[in-house]
Amino acid sequence: MSSHSSVAAHDAAHDPNLKHHFENADQQKESASIGMWVFLLTELMFFGGLFLAYFVYRQWYPEAFIAASNKTDVLVGAINTTVLICSSLTMALAVHYASKGRRELLVLFLIATLLLGGIFLGVKGYEYHDKWVHHEIPGEHFECHGCADEVHTQLFFSLYFGMTGLHASHMIIGFGVLLVLIWQAWKGQFSAKWYTPIEMFGLYWHFVDIVWIFLFPLLYLIDRVGRPLL
Amino acid sequence: MQEHSEHHIVPKRVYALVFATLIALTWVTAWVATVDLGAFNIYVALSIATFKASIVVLFFMHVKYGTRLTKFIVCSGILWLMFLLFVTMGDIWTRSWMGVPGR
Repeated sequence: MSSHSSVAAHDAAHDPNLKHHFENADQQKESASIGMWVFLLTELMFFGGLFLAYFVYRQWYPEAFIAASNKTDVLVGAINTTVLICSSLTMALAVHYASKGRRELLVLFLIATLLLGGIFLGVKGYEYHDKWVHHEIPGEHFECHGCADEVHTQLFFSLYFGMTGLHASHMIIGFGVLLVLIWQAWKGQFSAKWYTPIEMFGLYWHFVDIVWIFLFPLLYLIDRVGRPLL
Repeated sequence: MQEHSEHHIVPKRVYALVFATLIALTWVTAWVATVDLGAFNIYVALSIATFKASIVVLFFMHVKYGTRLTKFIVCSGILWLMFLLFVTMGDIWTRSWMGVPGR
């Protein structure tokens, strides 16, 4: 009988966000965090394969990679990197204010993150359009005047579009998830005691930022020595 | 023992410092690419990127304040990525030494 009453007392004090198969909120939170990290590590290996392809071909065809990389616009790339880092900061602040239960500031910083992500995608779209206009998309209409090794210059652009495209698709998915989170945060579904979705999405968003931190120097900055940067 | 990491709220000035470092290093990496370091340009670029990624993981992603299990899992993932990159590149780098056909 005593065990029955203690269960009843436990249920009365039960946190509605605590699932029954967890001992307590700490354990639940750590499980979510570790689950998210395991997912991000599969993403790391996913992107890792593309980075590996990049390193192998750069090792084999350095001249073609230099010629192709010099066709990218460093200023636009650096500005977009800055935009993405700003969005990481606003995301970190969103998690910060979620942990303090500040609903308005949480919503505000999630919207800021959404806008900065949108600017990044817009700039990326501008760059893709530029590549389209200049016939720098691999395939039948690819043109590279004065390229010694056109086939492997195309290979660089295949990797460029593959890697930035996969990165951008992650941004687009993040954009969609953010819309849902903003709606939920606005409706007050999160509190200082429970804001796990915000925190887990923060991990995802920072991971996407990290991928770009490597893409920027590898795609835009090969052998810029002696060339005007901007 | 249960570790109570989630009660640790990172001060805002830490975020500000990490943010300023990330922005500064973005422009440093763009500038340093124009300096002739020979074969070392790519290593400098990758070192800067790795440093930037590390501070994002440690502070923005809270791994510095995470449990030991979280740290272990993150490190093991990075270790496997290093296997992928270095074992394959070790092959690519050294193939020409033996004159093996097909590069």
